[in-house]
Amino acid sequence: MAVENRPAGGPPGGGYALTTLEAMIAWGRKYSIYPFTFATACCGIEVMGGFGTHYDLSRFGAEVVRFSPRQADVLLVAGTINYKMAPVLKRIYDQMLEPKWVIAMGACASSGGFYNNYTVLQGIDKILPVDVYIPGCPPNPEGIIDAVVPIQKIMETGAPRASERWPIKI
Amino acid sequence: MAEETKSPVLRKLVETFGDAVVSTHSRFGDDTALVRRERIVEILAFLRDDPDCLFDFAMDLTGVDYLGEEPRFEVVYHLYSLEKKHRVRIKARLHEDDPVIDSAVSVWPGINWYEREACDMYGIVFRGHPNLKRILMYEGFVGHPLRKDYPKAKRQPTVGPEE
Repeated sequence: MAVENRPAGGPPGGGYALTTLEAMIAWGRKYSIYPFTFATACCGIEVMGGFGTHYDLSRFGAEVVRFSPRQADVLLVAGTINYKMAPVLKRIYDQMLEPKWVIAMGACASSGGFYNNYTVLQGIDKILPVDVYIPGCPPNPEGIIDAVVPIQKIMETGAPRASERWPIKI
Repeated sequence: MAEETKSPVLRKLVETFGDAVVSTHSRFGDDTALVRRERIVEILAFLRDDPDCLFDFAMDLTGVDYLGEEPRFEVVYHLYSLEKKHRVRIKARLHEDDPVIDSAVSVWPGINWYEREACDMYGIVFRGHPNLKRILMYEGFVGHPLRKDYPKAKRQPTVGPEE
């Protein structure tokens, strides 16, 4: 049946398309994000919701969660990072292969949140270049989708990653 | 407080150690004794072994910072007897320039980590402790965070980007 619906003489354009290698790689990369979730607090529960069936992050190609930083290209920091944890997070970031992107999920990872005290790092951007911040305490799973889509845009357009502008001098 | 209303444990403590017990009270049913730090291990060992006391369980040890008072620091022991089902609270004050007290690990081994925590948070030194190093904070943390003069906005050095 379907065969009968095809236009005569094959698809329009003669069956091939022209593009650049960069655009082809970016297209593939965009729909095969391998996230590494660094979940230390309640944001991690929302991450589970985001990967679950209801919100289904795999619709955006980011379904294969890798628990090895060497196989991941997006670091999703979900939760409070304290000074004791900071060197561990830095080490994990350093182990990821280029190119890599970082999402700071929730108030704690973005700014320390309400933990304005002696032990909590006041935002992971003190030690890592962050591409996308998700506000909320915790953000709902739609927030994660809303962060993955800009990451896809960065991949597609080839816009500079945060690590290329790092460290920021003010 | 009148002598006859004192609990048997406190009365026995005062009879045995005399001047080493600075003051006692039993407000709201909580037996409390403030003792001199020089004889703390002796007093705690007595409370553990005496047949009328038998405090075999060191429930808690913590520090207190009374900033502005002298002596500034206080170490508080909360003891419980599983045998007799009674409790007592022992306190000892320490001066700011010499915040040292003898370790009670020889009396109850389980008090080990409480002493490390008090050392970590208040900088109280427990003489004779087998492994007195930070327990909650990491090695390299500057200061003692639960001291009242620890600045609220103080931040620790981080692993920043390499210059």
